[in-house]
Amino acid sequence: MNPGDEPVRVLALWSPDWPVTAAARAEGVPSHRPAAVVVANRVLACSATARAHGVRRGLRRREAQARCPELAVLGRDLERDARLFEPVVVAVEELAPGVEVVRPGLVALPARGPASFFGGELGAAERLVDQVAARTGVECQVGVADGLFAAVLAARRGVAVEAGSTPAFLAPMDVDELDREPEVDRSELVGLLRRLGLRSLGTFGALDAADVASRFGADAVLAHRLARGLDPRPPVRRCPPEELAVELELDPPVDRVDAAAFAARGLAERLHQVLAGHGLSCTRLGVAATTEQGEELLRIWRCAEPLTPSGTVDRVRWQLDAWLTRGGSGAVVRMRLTPEETVTAGALQLGLWGEVGVADERAGRALVRAQALLGPGGVVTAVLTGGRDPAERVRLVAWGDARGTLDGVSDERAGLMAGEPTPAPDDAAPRGGRAGGGSGPGRSREPGPGAAQPPPPPAGPMRRNARRGTRRTKPVRTARPALLSPTPAWPGRLPAPSPASVLAAPQPAVLLDAGGGAVGLRAPDLLAAAPEWLDTQGGPSGVVVGWAGPWPVQQRWWVPGAVGTARLQVVLDDGAAVLLVAARGRWWLAAVYD
Amino acid sequence: MAEVARADAANRLEMARGLLRRVERPARLDPARVAPTPGDDGRVLPVAPALARALPAGGLRRGSTVAVSAAPGATSLLFALLAEASASGAWAGVVGRPDLGALAAAEAGIRLDRLALVPDPGRDLVAVVAALVDGLDLVAVAGHERAGVRAADRQRLAARARQRGTVLIALGSWPGADLELTCTRPSWEGLVGGGAGRLRTRRTEVRVRGRGIAPGGREAPLLLPGPVGAPEGVAEAAAGAVPAQVAAV
Repeated sequence: MNPGDEPVRVLALWSPDWPVTAAARAEGVPSHRPAAVVVANRVLACSATARAHGVRRGLRRREAQARCPELAVLGRDLERDARLFEPVVVAVEELAPGVEVVRPGLVALPARGPASFFGGELGAAERLVDQVAARTGVECQVGVADGLFAAVLAARRGVAVEAGSTPAFLAPMDVDELDREPEVDRSELVGLLRRLGLRSLGTFGALDAADVASRFGADAVLAHRLARGLDPRPPVRRCPPEELAVELELDPPVDRVDAAAFAARGLAERLHQVLAGHGLSCTRLGVAATTEQGEELLRIWRCAEPLTPSGTVDRVRWQLDAWLTRGGSGAVVRMRLTPEETVTAGALQLGLWGEVGVADERAGRALVRAQALLGPGGVVTAVLTGGRDPAERVRLVAWGDARGTLDGVSDERAGLMAGEPTPAPDDAAPRGGRAGGGSGPGRSREPGPGAAQPPPPPAGPMRRNARRGTRRTKPVRTARPALLSPTPAWPGRLPAPSPASVLAAPQPAVLLDAGGGAVGLRAPDLLAAAPEWLDTQGGPSGVVVGWAGPWPVQQRWWVPGAVGTARLQVVLDDGAAVLLVAARGRWWLAAVYD
Repeated sequence: MAEVARADAANRLEMARGLLRRVERPARLDPARVAPTPGDDGRVLPVAPALARALPAGGLRRGSTVAVSAAPGATSLLFALLAEASASGAWAGVVGRPDLGALAAAEAGIRLDRLALVPDPGRDLVAVVAALVDGLDLVAVAGHERAGVRAADRQRLAARARQRGTVLIALGSWPGADLELTCTRPSWEGLVGGGAGRLRTRRTEVRVRGRGIAPGGREAPLLLPGPVGAPEGVAEAAAGAVPAQVAAV
């Protein structure tokens, strides 16, 4: 064990069945009557009297009522739990500083201070239990051990584990103890360990840490450290610089819980943005508030896992709720969130996760950080959709949003596999009519009034057509049965290869013939003259050495005001190739085959 | 007597050679001793086979900086560099290219769900690239010349990429890059004159210069893009059924 690995002595103060205690107090249920908190028809927690009647956690409500007919069935309310727990925390804080709320019903504090002040850990524990009972009437138990996990287990049993003997204290315990934290679900791991025959924390802890990491994953590493009596987090921690704290002036002062919760949401999001910008995650959160009367309130929440934004919002809301309903100190004028303890997001995960899935995690965090710099729309990812133009076949989605239907992608993959995804544009018009009328989803296509017949294909395309004749069924055969819904055929779309640069807004382009006159379209598929020179503003310009097209694009004829366009591929003498689009009586540079 | 002396000398020579071999062997075989460069964990990101032959490491060495010179075909060359690694699960990001043709990227073999685009980083270009270098496997940056990225920033980014094992690809000039790739002599195939045909493939010579390559550089003939969009070697394509057509030059 490294010297820094030694966990500190922790004193945990635990009030048994806190959800039931809080609910019973709020509902006015007398303490001798059995009570249980039920969520989703299952018992979440029950009082000691109910337990004596045979009510257990996880029981159905009806069965619990059958075992104990006078059972008071109560609903769960996390805010109420936190609010009613606040007096307990205040009572503890009067005797000992540095109290951390682990969750409503459980606080932890460093044992060293109170132990030396009250003359021993047992003395301190006794004083604390007395104090809480006298001030709030809440029964609680105290446990002292090395590290929070062992201290909580000790508190459940009401024992003080001597310094250094924590592993021995943990060893005979059941592995089920790893799954007691309500926020972390380890039932799968515990079940697996049980099936492997590792029934006690001692046998689990005896495994090699590297083996645990390689076989069971990140959370098991954490659980393994717990089972060995070590601090769950690696000892390297970073003390956050001051500027990570976020602050909010509330004007007018807030005295209602819902208004405070609303403010808390924005503040928590800001905090996480700041943390993400530094690549940090918060494991201990300080919630501070200043009231109208100048009272400074501060509470520290400790979390098993690095806090998520929603977890932060919950804790801030609970805390404000507790302060505001306690009353006496007036409305809140300023709120402040301080990350008391942070871990480098990447370092923590890397240390725990080994190499499995680490790249995705890392990438996700890096992209979220870039989003924190630029705003959510600043980092996008592309999704392929249907369409005829290179630009309209790509939809950009902000990173983290749902990528939407995969139809376009699967369509694309099927097309790529088939080798020749779509008909070449030079024979698109005759096939377009057939495909649109036959299999297109409700799109009947008619040739435009000005559409002339395409010129008779020269020798080259003829040969290609003949060759494709054998292949023509291939895309249909491979693409259709694989997909549940028929994908649109998009006849007349540009075949691969697609241009590598697609301009967001087409730039005006001028096509000149040998005499210096502008080359226009005589018909949608016929150039007025052979182009000799291309001039685009800022884009590729030069002598035209070859061109293909123009291919008329007939789409959206049902939209009033839509004009038929035509596409033209042009190759320049320096090897650059561009895609021009005719619209509104002139040429536009739409894309570059870069 | 002379016989014995000669045999003795031969024995001693043999013994000395054996010792020398034993001294040399661990130094040669122990991988830990082979020039440990920071960030270089020996892994090389794969690229298309036709291009890999021209690269000194047979791929993109993690932590290296690659410059792709601005020339016709540069974006396709970028796709060719990203495609193979992306298909094998690497994360890629492109910063500063609002006009990137994602469709062509998909055709080149890039997995779009692992390609992050930052079209317009604005004034935060260096910060954004630094953030992405921390997490992605390949980061391509464009527009750094226009944004006025200073030499110190360039060195900082390159050092960060080296430390994190990320391949930094710069579109445009990047003094100090480990490799510099240029598309030369591009010629399109598929046009048959008079407006017939269509663009099918581009034949180009990719010239590679930089560290680990003879001063003259290496050249690799490549189809960028190939007939279906993915980069191909010229020989492989010739073996396929693509008819040889008149180059449009």
